[in-house]
Amino acid sequence: MAAPSSQKQNALVRWIDHRLPVFAFMQHELYDYPTPRNLSYWWNFGSLAGIMLVIMMVTGIVLAMQYTPHVDYAFNSVERIMRDVEWGWLIRYIHMNGASFFFAVVYIHLFRGLYFGSYKEPRELLWMLGVVILVLMMATAFMGYVLPWGQMSYWGATVITNLFSAIPGVGQDIVTWLWGGFAVGNPTLNRFFSLHYLLPFIIVGVVLLHLIALHQHGSNNPLGIDRKGPQDSIPFHPYYTIKDMFGLSVFLVIYAAFVFYVPNLLGNVQNYIPANPLQTPPEIVPEWYLLPYYAILRSIPSKLLGVCAMFGAIVTLFLLPWLDTSRVRSAFFRPVYKWVFWLLVADCLMLGYVGAHRPEGINIVLGRIGTFYYFLHFYVLFPLIGKFERPLPLPTSISAAVLAKHGGGAAPASAAMEKH
Amino acid sequence: MRRLHAAAAAALLALAAGAALAEDETPALKSPGWSFDGIFGTFDRAALQHGFQIYSEVCSNCHSMSLLRYRDLAALGYSDDEIKAIAAQKQVTAGPNDQGEMFQRAAQPADNFVPPFPNEQANRAAHNGALPPDLSLIIKQRDGGADYCYSLLTGFKAAPADFKLGDGMNYDDYFPGHQIAMPQPLQDDSVAYADKAPAPLSQEAHDVCTFLTWASEPTLEARKQTGAKVMLFLLVMSVVLYGAKRKIWAEVHSGHA
Repeated sequence: MAAPSSQKQNALVRWIDHRLPVFAFMQHELYDYPTPRNLSYWWNFGSLAGIMLVIMMVTGIVLAMQYTPHVDYAFNSVERIMRDVEWGWLIRYIHMNGASFFFAVVYIHLFRGLYFGSYKEPRELLWMLGVVILVLMMATAFMGYVLPWGQMSYWGATVITNLFSAIPGVGQDIVTWLWGGFAVGNPTLNRFFSLHYLLPFIIVGVVLLHLIALHQHGSNNPLGIDRKGPQDSIPFHPYYTIKDMFGLSVFLVIYAAFVFYVPNLLGNVQNYIPANPLQTPPEIVPEWYLLPYYAILRSIPSKLLGVCAMFGAIVTLFLLPWLDTSRVRSAFFRPVYKWVFWLLVADCLMLGYVGAHRPEGINIVLGRIGTFYYFLHFYVLFPLIGKFERPLPLPTSISAAVLAKHGGGAAPASAAMEKH
Repeated sequence: MRRLHAAAAAALLALAAGAALAEDETPALKSPGWSFDGIFGTFDRAALQHGFQIYSEVCSNCHSMSLLRYRDLAALGYSDDEIKAIAAQKQVTAGPNDQGEMFQRAAQPADNFVPPFPNEQANRAAHNGALPPDLSLIIKQRDGGADYCYSLLTGFKAAPADFKLGDGMNYDDYFPGHQIAMPQPLQDDSVAYADKAPAPLSQEAHDVCTFLTWASEPTLEARKQTGAKVMLFLLVMSVVLYGAKRKIWAEVHSGHA
């Protein structure tokens, strides 16, 4: 499948391209786009995230055709989708589980960036745009979770909107303004629906900026060294189109297993009970992908400071390019950071566990240790390790390293490569 | 809900072991095994009809099932005429008619299951203030699903001597806090099955939980059957794409790209 050159294009394509260079653009950015030849399967998650965004928008638009954003009808309209709308159960389960899989993919994408230093010069803005997407995703997911108007929808909305009451002085006024009333109610549900429909399109806009920033300098790679010449690159098509498609297919196997066999495993049974403002559920917990932030929020006894810590945990990600003082990108060549990275992963998992459980007994201690370590990691360890760590010698070029069959410590995905 | 053994709580251990460390005085749920379990699970039609009979004769005296319509019973194997007859046993308020008056008529297949009480207040008033929950989604509303409901229905017993039971309350091994307002609803032979099948408590609980699972998710069979096809397709596609990927990348790996 050779890329069609402009000479081979038919007359109509050439006519259009001369006036509106869409084909030339696609040729340049999707076909010829030079890509490091050594990307591992960890680099599949960017395109997977893009595909998840499309899946969520398509299923969401279809769901919106059947959904009624009114406190008296919302719950039953979702059940009608599940029971009476043709294939409604499928669309809804794809959308519901899609939120979890979208976050799973994006979190892996994010930690891949952390491990291989993808946020470092000259990709700072690329990284920051990614964090903007993450924040928008959280807002979208939170508001989407409110729409079925189950118990956890209602009480989750109450807890999260109440966070703003921690703002000194004007907090309560802001909360009333957010609610459109004196409690979470119909105006709240209406605006959440409106914003839940709007925000994905804004995400698309930021994704486009993310891609423009990406294509400016191209992808980082497992070695974290710049490409030195054409021998270090391969065209995106067919090499990475086929690799992304294979990765997508494997991903869909796992995603479909959840949709078809355990569609409610990641959800909370409470959300199948219609919202009841007079009855608080035994525990109010967010979906799994927000649990670490929830743990940070609850680990600090002061409400205001807890809210600050929670938002601070995300703001910290924006500062990463300047907190990391090491000039070596890839953790392959950073003997100390390599281990500390996994400590952060463990820390985030622990915070997720703590967030799912009542803040009592050992959970309080674990939550505080986890929160403390999170900030210690970025504000103390990151700058210090960069200063004192002695990186291993970097390979002279990507192609040299590939042809020397770089060692087993390389990206797990290079397993396939090593067979050759 | 759950307390952790303080002793066993080394940070990462707790993380790995997760809920397994949780302690709870409620015994593990009974798991009788269900026809709808597993990736090829389907609903046992006989159990569904038995379960519906139990719901009609016992549960529906107090519990509504507002999300179901009589026409949905076609999935249980009832014919159109049988469904019309089942619906016609209930009266619904319709109207207004030409004179502007509401009137009573027999329920039709398109009607939702007629609730036992006109409103929540009437239901509470008849039950000492307690509200028997709507059963349309009960299996999806409880951790443990059908296993939980089965355990609950078979878990009634006399309260232990040291347990202080509230007035008019009942003891159940599996209900959170053990105090449940509902008296034991099913005993051996609470119903006489239309097909004369024996009806011990365990069988009744099993059948009604099968019915309730269907009611909570009537599309379960379609989901699992579609899933088998989709999974097969995706697995084959993955193998084909892997082969294509290997072939395309062969030259890159040998360094000639």
